[in-house]
Amino acid sequence: MIYLDYQATTPLAPEAREAMLRWLGDDTFANPHSPHRPGRAAAAAVEVAREQVAALFPPGGRVIFTSGATEALNLAILGSGAKRLAVSAIEHAAVLDTARFADPDHAILPVSAAGMVDPHTPIPQGTDLVAVMLVNNEIGTIQPVAALAEAAHAAGALFLCDAVQGAGKLAPPANADLIAISAHKLHGPKGIGALWVRDGITIAPHMHGGGQEQGLRSGTLSPALSAGFGAAAALCTSLQESDAQHVESLWETARALFADWTLNGDADARWHGNLNIRRAGLDVARLMSDCRTMAFSAGSACASGSGRPSHVLRALGLSDRDAKTAIRLGFGRNTRAEDLEMAAAAINAAVRAQGVG
Amino acid sequence: MFPAKPGHIRDHIVSMPPIYLDHAATTPLLPAARAAMQPGFDLWANPSSPHKAGRAARAALEDARAGVKAALGWEGELIFTSGASEALSLAITRCASPLMAVSAVEHEAVLRWAGDAVRLPVAAGGLVHLPDALAGLVAVQHVNNETGVIQPLNAIAAAIHAQGGLLLADCAQSAGKIALPPADLIAISAHKFGGPIGTGALLVRDWAMLKPTGGQERGYRGGTENLPGAMAMAAALEAGGDWLAQAARLRAMLDEGIAAIGGEVVAAAVPRLPTIAGYRMPGRSAIAQLIRFDGMGIAVSAGSACSSGSLKASPVLIAMGHPHPAEVIRVSLGRETTEAEIARFLSAWREIKA
Repeated sequence: MIYLDYQATTPLAPEAREAMLRWLGDDTFANPHSPHRPGRAAAAAVEVAREQVAALFPPGGRVIFTSGATEALNLAILGSGAKRLAVSAIEHAAVLDTARFADPDHAILPVSAAGMVDPHTPIPQGTDLVAVMLVNNEIGTIQPVAALAEAAHAAGALFLCDAVQGAGKLAPPANADLIAISAHKLHGPKGIGALWVRDGITIAPHMHGGGQEQGLRSGTLSPALSAGFGAAAALCTSLQESDAQHVESLWETARALFADWTLNGDADARWHGNLNIRRAGLDVARLMSDCRTMAFSAGSACASGSGRPSHVLRALGLSDRDAKTAIRLGFGRNTRAEDLEMAAAAINAAVRAQGVG
Repeated sequence: MFPAKPGHIRDHIVSMPPIYLDHAATTPLLPAARAAMQPGFDLWANPSSPHKAGRAARAALEDARAGVKAALGWEGELIFTSGASEALSLAITRCASPLMAVSAVEHEAVLRWAGDAVRLPVAAGGLVHLPDALAGLVAVQHVNNETGVIQPLNAIAAAIHAQGGLLLADCAQSAGKIALPPADLIAISAHKFGGPIGTGALLVRDWAMLKPTGGQERGYRGGTENLPGAMAMAAALEAGGDWLAQAARLRAMLDEGIAAIGGEVVAAAVPRLPTIAGYRMPGRSAIAQLIRFDGMGIAVSAGSACSSGSLKASPVLIAMGHPHPAEVIRVSLGRETTEAEIARFLSAWREIKA
């Protein structure tokens, strides 16, 4: 199996797995909220992990652990109490659905044909919260979030950044108010994420209970998941440069291998671990069935199988028909150039067999 | 800092091995559950991805779902969550019927949602007073997390159903130990029965009882699923609750021992889960007791873990009309608890009381 679906999830780093196993032992199982000695040891592990995760964020805020980015985004949007929202057209469903719930009349910030939000796009009067992602999950475009955060502030709104696809690779905007990330997109475990909240920003919990996580997120925190997240974050910090160089070289390879495809989204303002490409007349379902030993996707994993055309590609101005001819190849730390070569050979052969291109 | 290896504490701080009697806060991960997580870590693809790797993860997730349902004897639907707090939150905020009443002894995860809902009082023994007429969603826990009191949910469910209402039962403490009640919505937490922290589930009798939110879990819970957690949850439940008879014997020993040396057993006269008990040491605050027990290497708690350290008297004991809520500690037993540990706890209790 050649795995080229790094935007859906990333391989669990051995270091993260090791860190988790240490807190899944016979004597390391306590509830980190218990004040007794084993509880305090578990709490200390959580705090070490919190420091490691905090290094992915700007200074001057606190890290609230959640069950993942979906919960972090819900907590940010619902917890902020914002009544009037403005979100980009290419946000993840976790933002779009929650925005719709909080403000059925929320404003949509459009994107260019290259998949970029204009940093000078007008923010409607009275907006309480603006949400724009750091890196798009389908096409990899890197949004001008620092400028957008500034524009949001000028309009009197808070700025929320979904940094799920960028965290550990790119610095999230230092002037954001709320930033959401997920461990499993950066080689950590599934089941944990974090919301970063700038100091001085008040949010209310949207899930009640024991009042853990500074009263903002109830539920027993898992020392194992926290430690796995922390180890994965620390690894991203230490490997940031080599990971980026590796991805850059994979990008060059991938672009050459798929040179006669059309690229969706900007080529430069883009995380180069994402190659979203299309081919007129391509039957993607058939392609995927012909290339069963390759793991890649059409659109996001969450929307996969829905049969609906991608809302991101439609926002770029693609017709439904064209949007359905796109595939997404995602690669990163563990991908080898040979993986891309083998995948390209199989995919391009299957495409030729379809008689397109 | 935490110990470099588990033996560190016992080697350097206390001479006797530590005793863990706080299994209601969390209980050790069962070896079977730990083993089940390993293939889950290997199946790291996104279960929502349609490719082969994603489908393998999906198949394992559905096996885990079926395993949990079979072990619990649950024939309805199951939504994996991050824990019981999330399951309760999901049940209350997404139920088709509004929350009309909650028992006064619910966990904070329910109470903080209660708003204007009716508080169902409890008698001195901790049993909920059965209301005459109740419609809508009613939340009554199965087993209290501080006293072990088992609510008569068969009768309560029948009364609620007769009025056309729905019963939400917080079964965080009872699931995997005693049979589930005939409730419509049930919240469970894996780490209370030997599974990992970070995984729970909402059981729902019928999808029509909930409004969907979009996202994963058939549109009822967004977020990429924690597959190793789900697999470990199923494995922990499959390990069974055949140790409860042993726990009952040890708890009887505890109850008798405490009563014999001048202590009080909370809710002694009502049916209680054999793994949880509240004990009052007259004249000694729970906080003072905890500090002494902790110094002796014995982990117990005052009330729930979530509120431990808050120094507030237990709302559960206050709701029961207990005259000395600040003198009660919780002792909770696990699968590995031994008679020798109970004897040592009793002798420590005697020493602290003196």
